[in-house]
Amino acid sequence: MSNPALELSNVTKDYAGAVITRVLHGISVRIDVGEFVALVGPSGSGKSTLLNIIGLLDRPSSGSVFVTGIDTGPLDDHGRTRLRGKSLGFVFQFHHLLGALTTLENVMMPLAIASGSMNKHHQERAHEALRAVDLLHRKDTLARSLSGGEQQRAAIARALVHEPSLLLADEPTGNLDRRTSDTVFQLMRSIHQRLGTSFLIVTHDQRLAARCDRVITVADGRIESDERAAP
Amino acid sequence: MWTDIFLAWRFFRDGRAQSWLLVAGATVGVSVVFFITALIDAVQTTMVAQTLDVLPHIVVRRPDQTLRNTGTKPGSVEFASLFQPAQRLRSLESWPALMAEIERFDGVLAVSPTATGPAMATRATATRAVTLMGIDAERFPKVIRVTPRIKSGILALDGNRAVIGTELANDFGVNVGDRLQIAVESKPSTSFHVSGIFDLGNKDVNRRWVLVSLRQGQTLLNLPGGVSALDIRVKDIWAADSLADALQRRTRLRVDSWMATNSQLMVGLKSQAGSRDMIRILVVVAVAMGIASVLIVSVVQRSRQIGILRAMGMPKSAILRVFLWQGAAVGLFGALFGSGLGAVFAWLFQHSAMNPDGTPTYPVDFSPNLFIGSGLVALLTGLLSSLLPAGRAAKLDPAVAIRHE
Repeated sequence: MSNPALELSNVTKDYAGAVITRVLHGISVRIDVGEFVALVGPSGSGKSTLLNIIGLLDRPSSGSVFVTGIDTGPLDDHGRTRLRGKSLGFVFQFHHLLGALTTLENVMMPLAIASGSMNKHHQERAHEALRAVDLLHRKDTLARSLSGGEQQRAAIARALVHEPSLLLADEPTGNLDRRTSDTVFQLMRSIHQRLGTSFLIVTHDQRLAARCDRVITVADGRIESDERAAP
Repeated sequence: MWTDIFLAWRFFRDGRAQSWLLVAGATVGVSVVFFITALIDAVQTTMVAQTLDVLPHIVVRRPDQTLRNTGTKPGSVEFASLFQPAQRLRSLESWPALMAEIERFDGVLAVSPTATGPAMATRATATRAVTLMGIDAERFPKVIRVTPRIKSGILALDGNRAVIGTELANDFGVNVGDRLQIAVESKPSTSFHVSGIFDLGNKDVNRRWVLVSLRQGQTLLNLPGGVSALDIRVKDIWAADSLADALQRRTRLRVDSWMATNSQLMVGLKSQAGSRDMIRILVVVAVAMGIASVLIVSVVQRSRQIGILRAMGMPKSAILRVFLWQGAAVGLFGALFGSGLGAVFAWLFQHSAMNPDGTPTYPVDFSPNLFIGSGLVALLTGLLSSLLPAGRAAKLDPAVAIRHE
């Protein structure tokens, strides 16, 4: 049996203040390779905290996080950064493209960061990723000059270019109109089917969540439900 | 590393007005550093050159005589006392061997023996107190640059020929070929033909120095075969003090460098250097603070982008370098433009004051060191001033930075 793309075991997260506030209460979840999962829940339910922990941007207070079978607990900051760069891809609500770079350069960036330089091979892979999101014709345009939908498609291409095991999308359509949201979602769906990349999509949009293979609902820092769509 | 440099350059370019204002600030700072350095160095070089053209860099003499008072009354105890009597002219012992030894010292360019003492010069009814200098006509010009400053006649001292300064020649109304009488103490005077007239750029020297052959000097000053001093020219005038110390330890004689005998000049030079350094430090600090503050703003503005770069796997060290490279870019452009602007200012300054012969009064030495030095100061300033903002960028928590509003 292959390693799951992600496995969380009894993860908690506390924030210290005047009193210690527990925002995640023993979350355990497993996402297999190739799954297309929605993570839903009301504001303040702990979704963002959970996504930060899954994305290795934050550490749990207790419990363990395995990414592609690697226990991230013992890893130092450098090790976590390397694993994040290699195995995870991120798409955010606000695309966070580097406005000073062209679309192509933005998409090449994860490869350039991993290798320390930009080369022809990176360029070819970025071309492929841009072709997959139907944005190759805008490759030389500065990222800040793209429309909202184009920017999110470029962000998806960037998140996929290094072929991560798991793509984490935080409200990827939250800032788009309905038609563009549908286009972007459909794009993620087709990439998932073509490349077999695992997706974990955090969304408020129940309509989009309903179109995923599996929906995990978080409430008050606990997994309230974990439902799979009928085959 | 190329990714850091690429990103730094694109961020720098993207900053547009902000980046170029930074470069403008660094340019002004570097040009001030360049100009002040060139200006003070030119003034100092001119002052030192004018002074040292007529002075040996180091003079070796016999130590002053001191006598011990041993006259104690019988039955009483007194501390022995030392006193310094009036100094009479005495020769350096074994000076040819000593001169050969000094010539072998590292850093010594030339050594010249002199028999120097007070004398009276007379022409008709006019009399002047002068310094009679018996010199070796071959060696002396290698220590004191007198040959190119001979205004009329030649430096010829054989027989009873003498070379005098322009002021003394004017006082006596003599020209080349005329005669004057030189007398030492109560001895009968000796007649000399004036073979040349020099202008060493110092009125006192031009009025007092009378150059004769070493043999004539020895005879008139009652130093048969002897010399009163060995004059030395060195390669590095700023190392004259340490070389003088080394010579003093070796020879046990009195050795004075130009730095010791021109303490007023040294105070002036040190004050100038101190002012120059203070101005340079203040300018560098002001530029560094400007760069740091603008880059800190840039870090805040780019927080989200830094967060996403960290999320994409960029390590802290690479984020640090992205901002250090930006500081270096500011320093590099500042160095290039600032050195150019500073060179223009220095050139204008150089051409603002000219000698009658058309040469600049304060010749600026546009040496590679001046450009390299200013460039390095700019580059270091850029790098050091970006350390703080770069450190802040590297320390940003990516989870927080991504959600930065």
